[in-house]
Amino acid sequence: MKCQRCPKQATLHITEVLPLDKFEEYHLCEECAKKYLYPMTAAKKSSGVHADDPGGKVCEVCGLKFVEFRNTGRLGCPHDYDSFRAELVPLLESIHGEPKHQGKTPRRLPRAKAGQRELAQLRRSLQEAISDEKYEEAARLRDRIRQLEEG
Amino acid sequence: MDLDSLLPNLGEWLRGTGPDVDVVVSTRIRLARNLADVPFTTRASDAQKGEIEARVREAVGKSALEPRLDYLSVAELSPLDRLFLVERQLISRELASTLDGPRGVAFDTNESVSVMVNEEDHLRIQVMRSGLALDDAWDRIDKVDDALEARLSYAFHDQFGYLTACPTNVGTGLRASVMLHLPALGITKQIEKVFKALQKINLVVRGLYGEGSRASGDLYQISNQVTLGKSEPRLLTEIKEVIGMILQYERQARQVLLKERRQAEQDRVARAIGTLGSATMITSEETMELLSSVRLGIHLNLLDDLPHTTVNRLFIQSQAAHLQKLTGQQLDGEERNAARARYLRNCLRDLGGK
Repeated sequence: MKCQRCPKQATLHITEVLPLDKFEEYHLCEECAKKYLYPMTAAKKSSGVHADDPGGKVCEVCGLKFVEFRNTGRLGCPHDYDSFRAELVPLLESIHGEPKHQGKTPRRLPRAKAGQRELAQLRRSLQEAISDEKYEEAARLRDRIRQLEEG
Repeated sequence: MDLDSLLPNLGEWLRGTGPDVDVVVSTRIRLARNLADVPFTTRASDAQKGEIEARVREAVGKSALEPRLDYLSVAELSPLDRLFLVERQLISRELASTLDGPRGVAFDTNESVSVMVNEEDHLRIQVMRSGLALDDAWDRIDKVDDALEARLSYAFHDQFGYLTACPTNVGTGLRASVMLHLPALGITKQIEKVFKALQKINLVVRGLYGEGSRASGDLYQISNQVTLGKSEPRLLTEIKEVIGMILQYERQARQVLLKERRQAEQDRVARAIGTLGSATMITSEETMELLSSVRLGIHLNLLDDLPHTTVNRLFIQSQAAHLQKLTGQQLDGEERNAARARYLRNCLRDLGGK
């Protein structure tokens, strides 16, 4: 059987359980399966290469390079605010003045934050599982992540 | 939702009543929000955008907001329907045409609340009010935000507040815009002076359709630039102070016009009505300019047989997508200018006949 997304041989067969007892089957090669299971990881190139120029800095969560932000003016994910904190603070100062939030905060913040820590850990495990080619484990982690996200 | 059913309505922002409506057309507040642990829209795959859309839709549905918000998938709409929503200020031009993949908007039939999904940020919540009503708009949007936040986990940072794709929106994610009609400041050539003063205090002036758009028909949007480091009430207070000042200047300029050149203004308004009621071809730019004169004429009591919502009706319904829906035909260039003139003629004749 051929991969549904490229001409290679399909080696992984994934059954998605959709709402209302519906199922969807995917037959994919290893590479496409990686992309399917975790698009963010697949997009990521070698990370953590720090040159002197901060343009080479990469966010380990979304894979955005700082230089890409400089070109487009758009960040890649919420984590970028920590990944590029040193570069962003002067920018925020020049746009807004004082770079410290005042005002409304989400009501369910404490719970959400705890959830976010667990999510971050699960995401790391997921990346490891994918690079170790443990796809069953990866699928299980991914489902747990979805569950938490929807929580 | 049947979009065509909105066609005869004015929508909240053009309702034409409310505080200071002689100068302030409408008030809008928007909040930028993103889901935690998902890439921002520009970096999300279509699958992720689909997931974001599904989660927001569910939250909107379950939060049982009053009035109810109905969701429309913008990706599935025709180009005409998209433009129709842009003209009604329910979605941005970007959501309509430059962005792709799963995206949409939820709004109520009064068109006072809209929630764009997968715009530059995952959520762009917007509340509209007729006239100057910043506090009222804030109360409403604060509640809508709470209701959604109870079901969605927002990206929030202790130091930087609500995280957004563009650092210009981070913090409160709040942008308040007040749309002003400032013809007298234009006529008396004071407008540049006013805007230079605004830039010094970090307020932005834009044309009718937001960033980069040209001011036409003497309509200007004033909004805050800073979103981080100041609380929402403080941001709103700063805008209110400035708007109060501009209102005063505009009203003074109007009084000067009445005192010093009443006859000339009367003539300008009469000619505007005359052109709108007799042209056989007319561009949207010219329509906007003429409607601006008519609007001023109504508020200066130089015209007494026109209800003041007329201008808002002519203003919205003479725009491209509205005209095409009213006539039921696809209209290009000249055809559109002819259809616009026909529509304006008919409307004004009906009003004059009363």
